[in-house]
Amino acid sequence: MALEAVKPGRITIEKDFSPSPFMQILVPLIAVILALAICGLFLLLSGQDPFAAYSKMFFGVIGTSYGMTETILKAIPLMLAGLGLGLAFRMRLWNIGGEGQLHMGAFAATGVALFMPDYPIWVVLPLMFLAACFAGGVWALLCAVPRAYLGVNETITTLMLNYVAIFWVDYLVYGPWKDPEGFNFPLTATFSESATLPALAGSRIHFGLIIGLIMAVILYVVIYKTRWGYEIRVIGESEPAARYAGMNIRRQIILVMFVSGALCGLAGMSEVSGLVHRLRPGFSPGYGYTAIIVAWLANLNPLATVVVAVLFGALETGGYIIQTSGISANLVSVIQGTLLFFVLGGEILVRYRIRLAKPAVSAGEDSA
Amino acid sequence: MNTPCLVEMHGISKRFPGVKANDSVDLRLFAGEIHCLLGENGSGKSTLMTILSGLYKPDAGQLFIHGAPVTFHSPRDAIRAGIGMVHQHFKLVETFTVAQNIVLGDRKLSFVPNMDQVESALADLSRRYKLAIDPKARVWQLSVGERQRVEIVKMLYRGCETLILDEPTAVLTPQETRELFSILREMADQGKAIVVITHKLREVMEIADRVTVLRKGHKVAEYTRGSFSEAQLARAMVGKEIISRIRRQPSNAGEEVLRLEKVAAFNDSGGRLESVSLSVREGEIFGIAGVAGNGQRELAEVISGLRRISQGSIYINGVDMTGSSIRQRISAGISYVPEDRLGTGLVPGLGIVENVILKGYHTPAYSLGPFLKRRDALSKSMELVSKFNIFASSLESPVSMLSGGNLQKLLLAREFSSDPKLIVAVYPVRGLDIGATDAVHRLIIEEKEKGAAVLLISEDLDEVLKLSDRIGVLYEGRLAGPVNREDTDIEELGLMMMGASGEVASGGIGSC
Amino acid sequence: MSTGFIIAVLATAVTAGTPIFYAALGELISERSGVLNLGVEGMMLVGAVTGFMAGSITQNHWIGLLAAMAAGGAMGFIHAFLCVSLRANQVVSGLALTIFGTGLSGYLGKSLVGTPLPDPFRVVDIPVLSNIPVIGPILFQHDILVLFSYILAPLCWFIVFRTRAGLNLRAVGDNPGAADSLGVNVFLIRYVSVIVGGILAGIGGAYISMAYVPTWMENMVAGRGWIAVALVIFATWNPLNALWGSYVFGGIDALGYRLQAIDVSMSPYFLKMLPYLFTVLVLILVTQRNMVYRIGAPKALSVPYDREER
Repeated sequence: MALEAVKPGRITIEKDFSPSPFMQILVPLIAVILALAICGLFLLLSGQDPFAAYSKMFFGVIGTSYGMTETILKAIPLMLAGLGLGLAFRMRLWNIGGEGQLHMGAFAATGVALFMPDYPIWVVLPLMFLAACFAGGVWALLCAVPRAYLGVNETITTLMLNYVAIFWVDYLVYGPWKDPEGFNFPLTATFSESATLPALAGSRIHFGLIIGLIMAVILYVVIYKTRWGYEIRVIGESEPAARYAGMNIRRQIILVMFVSGALCGLAGMSEVSGLVHRLRPGFSPGYGYTAIIVAWLANLNPLATVVVAVLFGALETGGYIIQTSGISANLVSVIQGTLLFFVLGGEILVRYRIRLAKPAVSAGEDSA
Repeated sequence: MNTPCLVEMHGISKRFPGVKANDSVDLRLFAGEIHCLLGENGSGKSTLMTILSGLYKPDAGQLFIHGAPVTFHSPRDAIRAGIGMVHQHFKLVETFTVAQNIVLGDRKLSFVPNMDQVESALADLSRRYKLAIDPKARVWQLSVGERQRVEIVKMLYRGCETLILDEPTAVLTPQETRELFSILREMADQGKAIVVITHKLREVMEIADRVTVLRKGHKVAEYTRGSFSEAQLARAMVGKEIISRIRRQPSNAGEEVLRLEKVAAFNDSGGRLESVSLSVREGEIFGIAGVAGNGQRELAEVISGLRRISQGSIYINGVDMTGSSIRQRISAGISYVPEDRLGTGLVPGLGIVENVILKGYHTPAYSLGPFLKRRDALSKSMELVSKFNIFASSLESPVSMLSGGNLQKLLLAREFSSDPKLIVAVYPVRGLDIGATDAVHRLIIEEKEKGAAVLLISEDLDEVLKLSDRIGVLYEGRLAGPVNREDTDIEELGLMMMGASGEVASGGIGSC
Repeated sequence: MSTGFIIAVLATAVTAGTPIFYAALGELISERSGVLNLGVEGMMLVGAVTGFMAGSITQNHWIGLLAAMAAGGAMGFIHAFLCVSLRANQVVSGLALTIFGTGLSGYLGKSLVGTPLPDPFRVVDIPVLSNIPVIGPILFQHDILVLFSYILAPLCWFIVFRTRAGLNLRAVGDNPGAADSLGVNVFLIRYVSVIVGGILAGIGGAYISMAYVPTWMENMVAGRGWIAVALVIFATWNPLNALWGSYVFGGIDALGYRLQAIDVSMSPYFLKMLPYLFTVLVLILVTQRNMVYRIGAPKALSVPYDREER
């Protein structure tokens, strides 16, 4: 009762514990090229010239001060939130509540700005900073505590609280915090000078960039050079080993989520205080979600997060620029999505070794 | 042999990254026999049977069922060919009822199964083979022994002619083991072929009609009942006469280091440790023998602080540490070599350097304020690697790439380099080859001679007898003994392991 | 508040809940097989735009619906391929799907904005049932997709909990190793579940653009995909709960505007927070050890299956 004839070789996939650095660089590169190619084909099919579109995007971003400025401005919140989320991901805490924590940070910063308009800048800005960190952190704690003590899946709870935070901000700007002189638009009053993050050297780029860069360096040092970072990495790699070494996992879950949320909160503060100068609905076009992607693509490395954030900022800016040629800015999301698909697919080439199994040898041939 | 057999495996090879788990292995199974597959941990027994059950694909070799060549692409193929496997870690859906688990994957089942009908069919099966199960019970509420019976019925229900059991007694109490063996005999008498994967000689002597011995992925011997002795099996299993250069040094025990007083604790699945009292002194190895699952892991965890105790107290060097944290115990000089070396004792994804500092990273030796002293960690690692003969291509690449022996050496290197006062070692040589085993034993003895108190938990009586000064036996969470090494022998310990505790063992267990 | 008002609100809850129901049902099946798909929003958007486009071109809402199903299914296929075959991170893959779907629908739909749909789904007149007082207007004066959901929910419940296919599905989501050892094809079941999930999300999206509104606007799904993800947990992975739950969630959405219209001072934003807060509460409750077993929440959710994992 032969069930099936002997089949020729089959492809098997096995875990590779020593991904080569070459593959780690090559795979994302190929992913970018493939994503651009696919989207180019897509452009071609919809009657556009892909080369023209891409070069317009590219030179629009690289070649103009508008493009560069916008790129950096979009990179700032992605950077800050990406750093925060990356820290949580290190511990395998799937905080996807960056958007909500960012909103809460913006809310708290706005609160300080609106109610202390006449204090000097060195009082107001630090207070806004602290309030944003605190609010974002506490928002993350709402998920961290159930996770630490009851084992409640943080992926879902952080996601759910995003909406609660967004509706909370909506409530404020449509309700109690609506600017009485704002012609009934859902906006708060404009921040005073002392609640505004200073701009850098006459450009529109604000001080949030500096905060982001400093945070990236701090986090890099924390993760790779300090005891705390070591604990985070051990817990992320193996909880039993961390317990065995006497680490307090619950405390770390709470601490890391707080810091993660605080950084996302900072992203919210830097948006309202550095760029928008007021709170309004939809001030974040999903930075909290894009930051997840940014952190992940950066392989959770803080310095790489800065680079990826700038690249994503450039991509988003490119999207705005090509709108002038009548191509929808949505193209950028399509490129981002496609890029991610290829990177995700390419991961397997890095993490696993794919090999063609030898065909099963039948009884007669085998003697050696 | 020309008589067609139920199952023949010919020239089976299987490679995993870094290991050749099976190398051109042959195996034949006949109806009506209980066939033991004997070998040390890591000898490739489980891999071979996982191939036979269709879960792994062999890299080379051929299977024959009733003399006809077959290729399994999935467990479904194997089951259809009459081969069923009861894995060591049960493959049960905990939220399902027993009946649902048993019929899962059965294609003959109607699309809308009539569970009443299934349940009565199961009742018949369980009567026929004297396997008591309740088809309506939810699996998550069952005991380990009950779950194993569900697994067996699952295979019988599918009409398996060949039933493979992977280390079936590892999780059972002696009573349950006895019960299981009589069930297996019953099934063999009804014409099934039974394969029992084991590394326990005693079990082979008791139930095997035939035995195949594997070593390092190779088949090294095959015997039929009556043609083998325990010593022969042991020799085949380990490859040479067990001549160890290790000689037990007479104990020169000093001050008491560890004292447990009436310690009780619960484990996660309802098992327990009951009123365990013991004391271990400087320069002494206290061996704990017993079948795994009788409280060994709990005992080790209780001492190292990983598990809370519900009653009793623990003293280290005369200080009450009952409520102390893991870290306090580490700094009091407790060193713990856990059963699960990669994943608990060592962090798989980190390199050697970062594993070396796992326990001391917060001490002044490796940290300055909030920062880690990387250079010190690196030099310490290099020192340990050369001192303990650890073979590694890099100090930074993940330790998950190291072999079992090197992993254990690394673990011991870290644990012993802090000059521990008390060492708790659980199954320290499990899965290691002879060379590595010897090295580990020598290291433990060295620590003893330096004055450490050692609590050695092992399921291998030879190991316990070879190293220990005093021996206790854990059975169903209670500690029997201790007895002095000089005053005991393997027979007495064997009886104690079965819970006989001094009395004459009842019924025909143990033919050694 | 008059009876008429209440009936109108409840009837709106049903229509507002229906797209959420379809999407949640799809997500429920996918999660039951152990695959978390956070791409529901993206799949719905792609479904919405393809349905609208195909419906506009062919002037036939059935062809539009089929196109939406195919598009949703294709999106599901991408997720299945990445997460099941390539064992990619399900959270990231799902988010990628949402980003991709949002972009793609916006891009494709650019020229459709503001155009009317020639043949939208209309209210069908079912005799007898729709004339029952109170119940009739709430439940039966609707289009065919709403009516179909009344059949679909119990049908799916029956399949999940009473059939062999459902047994396999739940086993794969709970303990794929056990299912695999008994010859249940884990990969096939996960593929089918995720693709069916995509198809149902496609229907949900098409419902919005072809029946509920019916027109095309950029981003018109407006977060309903995420509500669907929440609803699956709220419904404790049970299709029947998902049906009434979708009316609660949909009704809350609809009620917000109605209350504003009749000048009730309660802010609609607090009302809108409720579904998410409920979901968090339900999740905390079902995480308790005994509840996990009793409800049968898929334990292997978002864990890729690797047969030779050692």
